[in-house]
Amino acid sequence: MQTKMTLRSINPVNTDQLISLRKRPRWGERLIQAFLLFCGAFSILTTLGIVYELGKEALLFFGSPEVNLWKFFTGTQWQPQVGEFGILSLVSATLMTTAFAILIAVPLGLCVAIYLSEYASPKARNIIKPTLEILAGIPTVVYGYFALTFMTPLLRSIFGQNTVEIYNTASAGLVMGILILPLISSMSEDALSAVPRSLREAALSMGATRLETAVRIVVPAALSGIAAAIILGISRAVGETMIVAIAAGAGPNFTLNPFKAAETMTGHIVRISGGDLSYDSIDYNSLFAIGILLFVMTLGLNIISQRIVRRFREVYE
Amino acid sequence: MTGRNYQIGSPISPEFTPRLEARHRSSKLWEMIFKLSTIFGILVLALLMLTIINSLAGYVATENTVDPASLAVNGTPLDELDKDTLVTILQENVSKGLFRQIEREKPVEERSQEEIYNLILDKVIEPKVVKTWPLSESIFNRPAVLAEAAEQYPTATVNFTFWVNSTFLSSPQSSNPLLAGVRTAILGSLWIILITTLIAFPLGVGAAIYLEEYASDNRFNRIIQTNINNLAGVPSIIYGMLGLALFVRVLEPLTSGAMFGMTVDPSTANGRTILSASLTLAILILPLLIINGQEAIRSVPNSLREASYGVGATQWQTIWHHVLPNAISGILTGTILSISRAFGETAPLVVIGAATYITYDPDGPFSKFTTLPIQVYQWTARPQEVFRNLAAGGILVLLLMLLTVNAAAIIFRNRQSKHKL
Repeated sequence: MQTKMTLRSINPVNTDQLISLRKRPRWGERLIQAFLLFCGAFSILTTLGIVYELGKEALLFFGSPEVNLWKFFTGTQWQPQVGEFGILSLVSATLMTTAFAILIAVPLGLCVAIYLSEYASPKARNIIKPTLEILAGIPTVVYGYFALTFMTPLLRSIFGQNTVEIYNTASAGLVMGILILPLISSMSEDALSAVPRSLREAALSMGATRLETAVRIVVPAALSGIAAAIILGISRAVGETMIVAIAAGAGPNFTLNPFKAAETMTGHIVRISGGDLSYDSIDYNSLFAIGILLFVMTLGLNIISQRIVRRFREVYE
Repeated sequence: MTGRNYQIGSPISPEFTPRLEARHRSSKLWEMIFKLSTIFGILVLALLMLTIINSLAGYVATENTVDPASLAVNGTPLDELDKDTLVTILQENVSKGLFRQIEREKPVEERSQEEIYNLILDKVIEPKVVKTWPLSESIFNRPAVLAEAAEQYPTATVNFTFWVNSTFLSSPQSSNPLLAGVRTAILGSLWIILITTLIAFPLGVGAAIYLEEYASDNRFNRIIQTNINNLAGVPSIIYGMLGLALFVRVLEPLTSGAMFGMTVDPSTANGRTILSASLTLAILILPLLIINGQEAIRSVPNSLREASYGVGATQWQTIWHHVLPNAISGILTGTILSISRAFGETAPLVVIGAATYITYDPDGPFSKFTTLPIQVYQWTARPQEVFRNLAAGGILVLLLMLLTVNAAAIIFRNRQSKHKL
């Protein structure tokens, strides 16, 4: 009885008037919601913007009489001055630096991930993980500096001044490996840590050693996450720019010798657009053709990585 | 039911025991390898820092074109002379054309004594670096360095120099490594970060709120989510190209400031302004910001929302008064991390055409710009060894600024975890 009275005193309902139970239109709230929807949809505009702007300029490039699509994908000379547009000279350098980076980052990154998730004490992990994350947070231009002032002299002192040029793809690739090492190790470690304890305990109780448990039980169970990490690492290496712009060389060069200077796709874009560039020239348009190829490559790799995670993830419980 | 087939006591096959030792050995060996890889990763970080520190200080041999002692008037050293005398000295020692050019940049009357002194240093005395030695050699091999300097550069003065000094921090870019600094670059970076944050923060948080609180699970919203995840993996240079095509060219009237009646020097800025750079970086960090914001909002317990709805709050009231206050420290941490990403970004800004050589401070969104990472890139890319020292100095300043920003993020994160019950 008492509650009823207090309620009534707070909220005196006029019984003569019927309360409309229909939802009241709240225009302010609608407005906010519209703004939020715009924010969400903005990312789609970004993607469309990238595809449209890059595609438009690239089409101008492919449409010009000097360019032959077949020669573009199979040619090994990139010399816009004489109308030679063979993307292979740039792609080969990109693939070479990426290969070096993967060669360094995948074995090391996996070892670090296994150590952190299977061996390290929580205390050690709490120190090592943030330390490696520092590596991931350092701007790439600093890595470029490191490649040029440390890695290149090191390679030159090992293999000889005459074999190793001042600018070379090996040095850039190795340092790039260090850059993507934390990415691969931390993503793989997440995947390994997600494997339930019971699997490890079962293996250990059967008499497996720690190594056997880690390599034959935990790693296979986390394989999808590890594969996704590696593919994301490749995508990152393909799109990495500053290290190759500083250390890999200026000038397209179709070579498979890692100690020679060669220019990657990203390096070429940066060098040409950093200089004096007149719009609507074929040079300018060609950059966008390279750009869209780069976009398609990295986007493809990212999508594959996401698919792998979604499709092959082993779900426990 | 009775386990007839199990023979307890002899489950071990004959090969088991002899192989056991080898298995344990390889287990131990690989544990070492895993550990060493981890140590290697940390060593590389140390090596990176040492390489930078090694170039931060050391002996420098400089030669002057004109001996400063010969310019002294009545025995008063140059830096103690008053302004008028300095102007006279400057006028006497530089060509008329150069003096006119100096006048054009900024009339001599408006310059301070110190500025005139620096001009004399730059244009008349012209100290030239003939050789630098890294820090390690300068410390551990000092006699050899001094002997080499005395032998090869007899006229040069050899000083132990710290490259990051007050001149470095307060001077604009210069072609003379002894006078070059990062002032314009730091200001450019700060301007760009400020405007980038102003653009990206509301958009990013808005999108995160929409995706977490409003978006139902339909096709359109799934596309948005996938799209954001994909954008996060697009190389930064692609954003640079978008910026070049869209902000620098198509939206030139807006980004050059012509639309707002700004006087535009046609020979310089065009659309290659701070505003273009900020817009580009804002789009670049947006996916990162959204993903971090979503995580922060997702971590707010549902019971809070239900309690709010239960007392009759509308959706926006619930978000504004309950969800956001609880998620804000997470959102801010994510924002700071995204900003530090933008801070170190170089490639997209080079692509949209950052000016590499500007000597005056940026004064607003429509001025030309250079940033700290770009300055580092330029100095590293120069063939002369001297500029590597400047690059190392620039890197030190860059890393210190990033450290400050990230320390703020860590403080926010700690405050957030303290709030959690």
